[in-house]
Amino acid sequence: MILVYLIVILLAGAFLAWVTGKWNPVLPRIISLATLSTDLVIIILYVLLSVPSNKDWLTDIKFDWIPQFGISLHFALDGLSLVMLILTFFLGIISVIISWKEIVSKVGFFHFNLLLILAGITGVFLSLDLFLFYFFWELMLVPMYFLIGIWGHENRTAASNKFFLYTQASGLLMFISILALYFVHGHSTGLYTFDYQQILGTEMPAPTAFLLMLGFLAAFLVKLPVVPLHNWLPDAHTEAPTAGSLILAALLLKTGAYGLLRFIVPLFPSASAEFAPIGMLLGVVGILYGAKLAFAQTDLKRLVAYTSVSHMGFVILGVFSFNELAYQGVVIQMIAHGISTGALFILVGQLYERIHTRDINKMGGLWEKAPFMGAIGLIFSMASLGLPGLGNFIAELLILIGAFKANILMSCLASLGLIAATIYSLRIVQKVFLGNKNADWKMYDLTVREKMVSASLVIAILWLGLFPQPVINTAKPAILKTLKNQKEVSWHDQVNRTNDYFIKF
Amino acid sequence: MTTIIALIPAIPFLSFLILALFGHKLTRKLAGFIGAGSIGMVALFTFIVAIGFFKSLPEVKSYSVTIWEWINTGNLKVDISFSLDALSLVFCFVITFVGFLIHVYSIGFMSKDEGFSRFFAYMNLFIGSMLVLVLADNILLMYLGWEGVGLCSYLLIGFWYKEPANGYAARKAFIITRIGDTAMIIGIFILFLNFGTVNINELMQQASGKWASGSSLAVLTAALLLCGALGKSAQLPLQTWLPDAMAGPSPVSALIHAATMVTAGVYLIARTHVLFSLAPVVQSAIAIIGALTLLIAGFSALAQHDLKRILAYSTISQIGYMFLALGVGAWSAAVFHFMIHAFFKALLFLGAGIVILVLNEEHDIFKMGGLRKKMPVVFITFLIGSASLSALPLITAGFYSKDEILWYAYSSQSGSILLWLAGIVGALLTALYSFRMIFITFYGEAKTEPAFNPGKLMTVPLIVLAVLSLVGGYVELPASIGNIHLFSNLVDNTLPVVVVKAGENQEILFQLLSAIIALTGIYIAYLIYFKKPSLSEPFSHSRINKYFEKGWGFDKLYNTLFVNPVVWLSVIDKNDFFDWWNIGIARLALMFNSLLSYAQNGKLRWYLMSFAIGIALILTYMLSK
Amino acid sequence: MLTVSIETQILFAGILFFLGLIGLLVRRNMIFMLMSIEIMFNSAGLVFIIAATHWKQPDGQVMFIFILAVTAVEVSIALALILQVYHHFKTLDADAVNKLKDHN
Repeated sequence: MILVYLIVILLAGAFLAWVTGKWNPVLPRIISLATLSTDLVIIILYVLLSVPSNKDWLTDIKFDWIPQFGISLHFALDGLSLVMLILTFFLGIISVIISWKEIVSKVGFFHFNLLLILAGITGVFLSLDLFLFYFFWELMLVPMYFLIGIWGHENRTAASNKFFLYTQASGLLMFISILALYFVHGHSTGLYTFDYQQILGTEMPAPTAFLLMLGFLAAFLVKLPVVPLHNWLPDAHTEAPTAGSLILAALLLKTGAYGLLRFIVPLFPSASAEFAPIGMLLGVVGILYGAKLAFAQTDLKRLVAYTSVSHMGFVILGVFSFNELAYQGVVIQMIAHGISTGALFILVGQLYERIHTRDINKMGGLWEKAPFMGAIGLIFSMASLGLPGLGNFIAELLILIGAFKANILMSCLASLGLIAATIYSLRIVQKVFLGNKNADWKMYDLTVREKMVSASLVIAILWLGLFPQPVINTAKPAILKTLKNQKEVSWHDQVNRTNDYFIKF
Repeated sequence: MTTIIALIPAIPFLSFLILALFGHKLTRKLAGFIGAGSIGMVALFTFIVAIGFFKSLPEVKSYSVTIWEWINTGNLKVDISFSLDALSLVFCFVITFVGFLIHVYSIGFMSKDEGFSRFFAYMNLFIGSMLVLVLADNILLMYLGWEGVGLCSYLLIGFWYKEPANGYAARKAFIITRIGDTAMIIGIFILFLNFGTVNINELMQQASGKWASGSSLAVLTAALLLCGALGKSAQLPLQTWLPDAMAGPSPVSALIHAATMVTAGVYLIARTHVLFSLAPVVQSAIAIIGALTLLIAGFSALAQHDLKRILAYSTISQIGYMFLALGVGAWSAAVFHFMIHAFFKALLFLGAGIVILVLNEEHDIFKMGGLRKKMPVVFITFLIGSASLSALPLITAGFYSKDEILWYAYSSQSGSILLWLAGIVGALLTALYSFRMIFITFYGEAKTEPAFNPGKLMTVPLIVLAVLSLVGGYVELPASIGNIHLFSNLVDNTLPVVVVKAGENQEILFQLLSAIIALTGIYIAYLIYFKKPSLSEPFSHSRINKYFEKGWGFDKLYNTLFVNPVVWLSVIDKNDFFDWWNIGIARLALMFNSLLSYAQNGKLRWYLMSFAIGIALILTYMLSK
Repeated sequence: MLTVSIETQILFAGILFFLGLIGLLVRRNMIFMLMSIEIMFNSAGLVFIIAATHWKQPDGQVMFIFILAVTAVEVSIALALILQVYHHFKTLDADAVNKLKDHN
């Protein structure tokens, strides 16, 4: 029942925020904060008070919705969703705090949209009925469109349109696949249902499975995003308000990764194995191409957006490696990237609030005026390049080792991404904070509110970097469940295969 | 005992936190006290641990302590655990002791700088990371320390961040070392996937058991690890970052770019020597790279004008000697030279720092001169340092360490006369450029006047290091002179003894030769830089001198091959050509819109006409059925 | 009495209809467009008369009177609209009244 409560609280808070917004702009902010904190407290209490078990799902609840079509309200929590939910609520709270002073018009409607997006994300992470999953998938879209389109920066209309059309189109492809899966399952077993547990293990001829998987992949690859379907991301991230960018980068992108882990790999084991070489190649291209683009940008927010593309390339590389090490890396990358890129977006937002520009050619020497901000920027740039001791290192390490086991060439190419990441991360630090001042900006260092946000993010990323074991333990049953039907390539086979390849060469 | 070992890396991190979080609120005295004091405490702990270690020899050769479990998934099990053996102990001693002296010096050197507490925070973070590197039990924790020192090097080279050139030098260092690090991490992947463990001792045991000597996996892994070492130790071909790194404050150059970080490569190779013994090709490559680097850097040092750049190239050259020793299997000789080099090179950098500070940031040696009378303490200590660098026979520690390497370069199982020849030419060059530096900087007439006299905080560390540069060698005397083997006996607890193929009586001949060469070099330097400076004129204006000064053109090569193409590729595709697809679709839709809007022109007659045509068509269709 | 075949009669009505249609499509002045519409109405009425004569039923004549009534109403409303258009646009050109066009 608590799973339903989590979503209902968010929805209730959303409506409350919208209504009270008309009387007093501070009320919606407080309501949002209260709603999200309640949810976070609920989930943490659940973690602390629950008994660890080895069942498939930690908790499970099902209501009938439209039984004639086999649609039900089926929510379930396992290790993977648990970790994602904690990330969602934590970053949700942070997004409310950072938009405290930034959003001054239509505050009630803003928080309504914010909470709706978070409700959609929570639903995506929890739903186990394919129709319900699609419902929440689309629910994430429309409020985000409003968020970018109303409170965004100069080119917000074009950016929000692009984001909406791209994601909607790919979502429709996924919906066609869902319907097709429904019918295929119905034909072969006589039971027409959208329920995940029952659809798992449907027997399908290989071409059908591949086509259906492509439909699902369309939605997840666009969301992740994967080159060449990534073009909505730089525009959407750049033009969104800071809270919007944070939610977009830290959470929305992870729903794509979650979809890969929850749906693609378990539902289509052999089809995904067939797709794996292409998937890994797309990952490597994303890592290197995203890094190259990031290096070239002069708009700071666009630069950070392209680093998202680069980091998510690691995720798809890991997902298509099909081993436990890589998957643990994927889970940690989802969290670490959420925290570190989120923090960088917050930093850009704070800079914009002060100097009203995102052009890095106009910045420089800001460390002198704002050393605390400089230190935060330095820490998260180091996280971005994968410095050991911070969370991103563990993630990239595990993914690269796992990928190495599956495909040596791709892993080596992806490792070049480490060098590329260094180049763009150091460029951020140099252009923004170091050097001599380009202009005499009237800047003030971080306020107490901003310091609290930054400090909590720093502590989070350091904790993840030095003590990742709790996260690894939580996610382990879920990952093993995902890999149940996959055969893992052993290292010795891989070595022999590579040796044969070189001998033929 | 193990708790003290665990405290050794922990204390610098703690003081880093204090200085980073509260540094701006502390007074300079307090910040300096915390910064230098913490390293002093660590030096003391190292001393205590050393005593305990010596007492328990030869039964207990190493100590281990595990702090917490870092990662445990699949079959990857990594702990934060430290282990101390003879090799780590020597490195710890140098890091903490020389580090402490440099910290004390920095209190004086940075006393007028506004980033005082930030400096000590970074320095402490560096010492902490370096200690993690040498004390790490497993190769992933060592990689953490490895990257940590890279980070601190970046932060400290670019410490005076207002000058963009410093930032560029810092980025250059970080990126070049990162290239080496990436090769290294791939090597670590191969090691882990093959042997299922990351613990260094277990890895070495399993490697010697399962991998045949010269097998392709062993060679590949050793080569990858070597790349990491080359990056950090600034050897060919990744040596271009070190001369530019002199943009940082002199204590930084002394600590990071002379004594500790650049020797991390030496530590890595010594620590994983089993792997390199299994790949003789790679080990020979190490020797050849060492020999080539020491020659190239030696020639480059001869052509420099900037005082610190001479010392930077000298460092590259001396590490080349250490690599030469590692390559021929003279493990303890390499570590011995590391220790002695740390003493005299730190001394030289600290002295150079005082000279530059006192002459108001003047770096060019041709604008210095006559400092012999004006700064006697600095002069004498600098002279002792240079003498040790040039391996002045018998009285300096440098003689014993360098001589040992030269001897093993010839006499070791995998040594050869060519390697020895490279080494001896390098020794001549070393003497030449060191004393060129002395004669031009300290003799002659003063072209710039010193602004003030350095205080005790800066001169006392110089004196301590000078003493060590003289007597530090007496723990390891060759058979012909005193036959003391304290040092190698200690290190041989961890590293194998070098296998020698030539006889000991030949050793005396070689020692004589190196002594003569050193003295010859000093005499030639005296002739052409002091007595008759006109003799050096044709050389210093020649084309080949310019070529040496620019580091043999490596910078230009890398710029053309790598830097410029990458930048060009990025800039040309700034707007992401994948976007053309989306822009194309948008344009297509707009085109159709403009096309179809012709049919929506608001004219009544147009609409009526379309009605009429439509009805006619429908009627035709219906009537034709 | 001239006997005209029914085909000729209907053909005649058809030609009248098309003349009205062409007039409607070609003329730009709204009054003339109205007159053309009148002609089209009358031709439709003529078809009814022809049919009544052919089938010897009075219903056709009744329909013609209906059509006349409808035409009268339609013309009055149309003329009122044309007056308003003339007030607003100061012209009777049908092509000038194109404010509902796609402004692209």
